[in-house]
Amino acid sequence: MTGTLEQQGDAVSALATRPMPPAPPRPAPGTPRPYHFPAVHRTMLANGVRLIVAPVTRLPLVTVLALVDAGATADPAGEEGVAQLTASLLTEGAGDLSGAALADRLESMGSALDAGADWDASVTRLTTLRGRLDEALALMATVLRAPRFPDDEFARLRDERLATLLQLRSEPRALASEALDRMVFDPRARYARPDGGSMRSVRALDRDAVVRFHAARYTPPATTIVIAGDVTPDGAVALVERHLGDWAGAPPPALVAPDTPSSAGRTVTLVARPGAAQAELRVGHAGPVRTTPDYFALLLGNAVLGGLFGSRLNLNLRERHGYTYGAHSGFDWRRFRAPFSMDAAVQSEVTAAAAREMLAEFEAIRTGDVRDDELSLARDYLDGVFPIRFETTRAIAGALATLATLGLPDDYHDSYRANVRAVTAADVRAAMAAHLDPARLAIVAVGDPALVHEQLASLGHAEVRTIDPAALTDGDDAA
Amino acid sequence: MRIPIEQHTLDNGLRVILSEDRTTPVVAVNLWYHVGSANEREGRTGFAHLFEHMLFQGSANVGANEHFELVQRAGGTLNGSTWLDRTNYYETVPSHQLALALWLEADRMARLLPAMTQAKLDLQRDVVKNERRWSVDNQPYGTWWERLPALCHPPSHPYHHSLIGSMAHLEAASLDDVADFFATWYTPDNAVLTIAGDFDRDEALRLVHEYFGPIPRSARPPARPDFSLPALFESPAREVVADDVPLARAFVAMRIPPCGSAPWYAASLAAAVLGLRKGSRLFTALVRGARVATDANAWTFDLTKGADLLVVDATAAPGVDGDALEAAVHAELDRAIDEGITDAEVQRALALLETDFVASLQSAGDRADTLSRVATYFGDPELVNTQMDRYRAVTAADVTACLRRHAVRGNRRVLLYVPRAGDAAPDDAHEPATAGAAA
Repeated sequence: MTGTLEQQGDAVSALATRPMPPAPPRPAPGTPRPYHFPAVHRTMLANGVRLIVAPVTRLPLVTVLALVDAGATADPAGEEGVAQLTASLLTEGAGDLSGAALADRLESMGSALDAGADWDASVTRLTTLRGRLDEALALMATVLRAPRFPDDEFARLRDERLATLLQLRSEPRALASEALDRMVFDPRARYARPDGGSMRSVRALDRDAVVRFHAARYTPPATTIVIAGDVTPDGAVALVERHLGDWAGAPPPALVAPDTPSSAGRTVTLVARPGAAQAELRVGHAGPVRTTPDYFALLLGNAVLGGLFGSRLNLNLRERHGYTYGAHSGFDWRRFRAPFSMDAAVQSEVTAAAAREMLAEFEAIRTGDVRDDELSLARDYLDGVFPIRFETTRAIAGALATLATLGLPDDYHDSYRANVRAVTAADVRAAMAAHLDPARLAIVAVGDPALVHEQLASLGHAEVRTIDPAALTDGDDAA
Repeated sequence: MRIPIEQHTLDNGLRVILSEDRTTPVVAVNLWYHVGSANEREGRTGFAHLFEHMLFQGSANVGANEHFELVQRAGGTLNGSTWLDRTNYYETVPSHQLALALWLEADRMARLLPAMTQAKLDLQRDVVKNERRWSVDNQPYGTWWERLPALCHPPSHPYHHSLIGSMAHLEAASLDDVADFFATWYTPDNAVLTIAGDFDRDEALRLVHEYFGPIPRSARPPARPDFSLPALFESPAREVVADDVPLARAFVAMRIPPCGSAPWYAASLAAAVLGLRKGSRLFTALVRGARVATDANAWTFDLTKGADLLVVDATAAPGVDGDALEAAVHAELDRAIDEGITDAEVQRALALLETDFVASLQSAGDRADTLSRVATYFGDPELVNTQMDRYRAVTAADVTACLRRHAVRGNRRVLLYVPRAGDAAPDDAHEPATAGAAA
């Protein structure tokens, strides 16, 4: 540290123009007021549709989510991308309405209806003012039950997916994530390939593939409706019964596990972007399943490692070295084993230095104890911020959807804070030691080979393999 | 839909806004300083933003990064952001931690400089340089948000230069600049403090008076730059950028009245009619219809001084070049002018804006930020409660008239990104449409 400002000549004169009043003492916290996650009502219609309702009556607003067990994990082999294409086509024509007419009808009510699919589920989201809920829900039900999949909209959205894959080749962050997925899973595992499909698989899709996928997977027993907002439980049940009660269909076929981890051991992959202004770094491997009993210990451990501004990774790479705008780590939780990764976008010249710091922090949290002040920061933050996470109907509905998708217990939110507070330093150490494995770490950098290649080789982690961005999007087995 | 608002002004000029909602034990503290990149001196582009970083490096009674730690330890969320003409700092905390958030904000408003060191400045300069690389230089189309304001404002105008700043100017920033900027702009009479959510009114006011009351007002109110601009662009302009992108993207900007002025509401509705969601004109014509674009939007920059901008952005479909994309956007704007806007189109836009408005009132942090913004720019936070009324007073004829004045060819400036030679999408990526598309 150099001298403080008061010792600089010019600064003193500036200070003189701004007298400093004496500081009042740092205040102590007041008495916490109780918070309860909204009361949740769960029921099932006779046809197997599950319904989860959380009344929140502060504003005349309602969020409805329709979850269908039809995420990218359900893509049939050779038809990767059909789940996302099907989901996005739901709102492009349904019942007797064209896509344009449907958009116009909903938007004229001030309602927004979006559909998409992640790995685990197809999610159709409606946000509407209370007064339009019945009308909007009728359209939402039509979209789920009777999408038309018009030829021209099918062709448009398939072309848009191909355009997205083209765009992805010039997006360093997305490339880094795709490359990490490619390296941490077995090449044949679904998780190793883009969730929206590759150039090759998407080009091969036709409308029939979408129709088949919808018929097999969009069925009442595969569907959960989550409603958060200005409704009563009875009113919500009646509405859903009216619009989805006479829907019939069988459970969808079982999923094929998409998460076989890579057996390649340590790897270093350079995604070549000549002239890139920065290097995007990812370091990780396949993580545990979400239902692991170590979940809360891993949550706290990750907060200490890279989940908070004051985490080890961020304080090291950003606040000590100035290598990056931000360094983080995280477990990506899905129904199957998803990646754990550390990430930072760093100045190209310090790529190896930054990677070394990441590896050192990984080793330190795996083999050493977290300090009391680190654990208490993570614990107090996660406990205290709990009510702030659920201020909106969208956030409440999303949290309930996560429970339903991942098969977490109904009392999850009621016991969350106690579970966070129960984690000890010994729990963290045991969980991090059990689930972090240096022998499987993949290092990925998206950057300029002329600046980055030698640095990556100097790490001595593994031989550097250089790939072209197109290798991550084209879907050829060469990569 | 009305939110409760109580206003106070301290003797030192600090404006204080209270908005109670005790349904959940969460409170937001939000502080807007009326200073942004527009107020930077010559040769110091990027300084307002670098300075924002320095405000997290401690103050007389707070260590470097301790602000973050104390708020997160209290179970709160926090951040700050810098814009062309304002900088904001905010915390959302469990309501029993209100005093801490206020105390932290007051300590840096009153006593920042003792904590400032050359080492901290050097480090944050590196962090900001990496932020620039991350958000601008290493992102496809990432330079748009410095190129577009530059294209749309004359070089002498305070909105012309880059907010994130040039590497050379960041390099030149000194501790003297920090002290000078602090003394000039970070004064209570140049700030609005909003508290929204769950708090006891009397206790909150007592804390505000205790913590902020003794902070002296500005010794001499700073000179503000001249933001005035003619109502329309003096001439059309066009900048073509060959970049590392696979698909062309066009930004078409039109000069409109300043955000919040009476005629601005028609322009804001025009933007929603043209390009808010899938029922909009641009999506219907360019994406769903002609399929020359994969995405098309229209929005306002929300600049409150001089003039605002209505911006259309559209990304080309594979196989469509930049010129064709740009021509399609121009044609749609021409058509809107020729045909005029219907009442149904305006009603659709109004309905969407109303839902968005109600949704935006849900979180204490968003409510506080909205109140600070309206108070900073327009003086009266109560305008939040009449904003939808001003939208509803706009007719289809008003929107049409607005477009006929502001969307004319002479008032369009174009920033066009095209693939650099070698980066263009291969032809085989595009398979021509197989069915006729309805416009």
